[in-house]
Amino acid sequence: MSVDTETVRRVAKLARIAVEEEDLERMAGELNAILGFVEQLNEVDVSGVEPMTSVIPIAMKMRSDEVTDGGKADDIVANAPQSGENFFLVPKVVE
Amino acid sequence: MTELTKLTISEIRAKLGAREFTALELTEAYLSAIEAANKKLNAYVTVTADKAREMAKASDARIMQGEARPLEGVPLGIKDLFATEGVHTQACSHILDGFKPRYESTVTANLWADGAVMLGKLNMDEFAMGSSNETSYYGPVVNPWREEGGNKDLVPGGSSGGSAAAVAAWLCAGATATDTGGSIRQPAAFTATVGIKPTYGRCSRWGIVAFASSLDQAGPIARDVRDAAILLKSMASVDPKDTTSVDRPVPDYETAVGQSVKGLKIGIPKEYRVDGMPAEIEALWQKGIEWMREAGAEIVDISLPHTKYALPAYYIVAPAEASSNLARYDGVRYGLRVPGRDITEMYEKTRAAGFGREVKRRVMIGTYVLSAGYYDAYYLRAQKVRTLIKRDFEQVFEAGVDAILTPATPSAAFGIADQEMNEDPVKMYLNDIFTVTVNMAGLPGIAVPAGLDSRGLPLGLQLIGRPFDEEMLFRTAYVIEQAAGRFEPRRWW
Repeated sequence: MSVDTETVRRVAKLARIAVEEEDLERMAGELNAILGFVEQLNEVDVSGVEPMTSVIPIAMKMRSDEVTDGGKADDIVANAPQSGENFFLVPKVVE
Repeated sequence: MTELTKLTISEIRAKLGAREFTALELTEAYLSAIEAANKKLNAYVTVTADKAREMAKASDARIMQGEARPLEGVPLGIKDLFATEGVHTQACSHILDGFKPRYESTVTANLWADGAVMLGKLNMDEFAMGSSNETSYYGPVVNPWREEGGNKDLVPGGSSGGSAAAVAAWLCAGATATDTGGSIRQPAAFTATVGIKPTYGRCSRWGIVAFASSLDQAGPIARDVRDAAILLKSMASVDPKDTTSVDRPVPDYETAVGQSVKGLKIGIPKEYRVDGMPAEIEALWQKGIEWMREAGAEIVDISLPHTKYALPAYYIVAPAEASSNLARYDGVRYGLRVPGRDITEMYEKTRAAGFGREVKRRVMIGTYVLSAGYYDAYYLRAQKVRTLIKRDFEQVFEAGVDAILTPATPSAAFGIADQEMNEDPVKMYLNDIFTVTVNMAGLPGIAVPAGLDSRGLPLGLQLIGRPFDEEMLFRTAYVIEQAAGRFEPRRWW
């Protein structure tokens, strides 16, 4: 499977990264080098093998469903590039 | 005051206890050393001098009262990946510009609760993605080691390059680090320091900037094996805030240091003898085998047949998880924002300006392998291969092997801006060929200095253990350390 510049443009869009036209070619080359490298996994017989879901077999921890933390709106917006009255401010999204 | 910075943590503990000097004097010695060296080595991205002095004074008060804690007054450097309250925490990325968390990571909170002193935040590859510390927004770290008679700047390895360089250059007594594919062990090997990546789940990931959540694990980089054991004891904990933190008491790792290895079975995997491996590394590995044998261990040849597939599988799994984890950097909640005509353009421009080249590359690969139609061919297959890699290790351990001995890296430290590595990302990735299997299987691994190559550059050996058998690694690594001796760079900075 080889990646062309059109695919790079599509993936960049999905990843929400603006890419300059002149960089598309270089990025396609780099992605193809990595995809070429991982191609060797096709040699491995994985029939009947379960995909790994957890590297150490542990049961998901449960805790009681109660509020243990909160009331920290000031802390949460403290690092925002733009905020007002404990809201994050973004460009208008609804006309 | 230079001698003070040369003491190991165990020596500091004894001498502070005997009141030979104060914690404040020790911290001042480190602050002066950093001041003098950092322009050349670039190991620290921020120095918290006032905070360090305050913490050291508190430690002196504790010592006076006879209430010293396990790391009382020990000055440490913290990798920029760990959230430190009110202090620069940017994973050395531009996209986290100005981020100062309102909370403390569990690992660093554990260290402060045990009396350690924070000197500052250490340089690293951006978001821990790299093997040379060259992807940092703050510029490369320079390895304190140079070729004998040479003056070329070498990389300290990565991603914990600042941690390894600072420990080797006596700019902190020990450092925190993290390891997703080799980011503790490879820089440790490049700087003649000791680095351990514990079992997945041993150290809490809470408050550590996430790269690949199923692989990331914190651990220490230290001057010697005993110091690494002391630091890990404090860093590790059971943490309700991390659901992958494993519910097992933390043993006193230091008691394992010096225990006999007589009768232990040490496995030597034939698959680690890779094409093009320098003869010096092969020779060092043989030396390591001899040292273990002389100490009474039994050497057994083993096979880990899926070894060669670990690195390609890693370069699917890690970028896939990274692309998901890094989705949060959107210019809304923290860090950099680049305005756009609408919200989507704002996201795209922010991420284009905020992420460096390697990070973009990995986010793109991750996005591609997870995109509709490719998931099964790439991600699912890689996770199946991962099961096979883990099974290889399980079978070897079931057969009675106590630890596995391998080289830590396929080469010694290379030059900054190495042309071949810069032109071909895969070439850079091959640095992790011996370490990445351990992350894929969630096992503990330690890198210990074992010798110098013909140019006078450090080389390390790696020991791999059963899940949660870090004690076995300290025990066996200490044998290597005793036999090989310790190595220090010549001070040129």
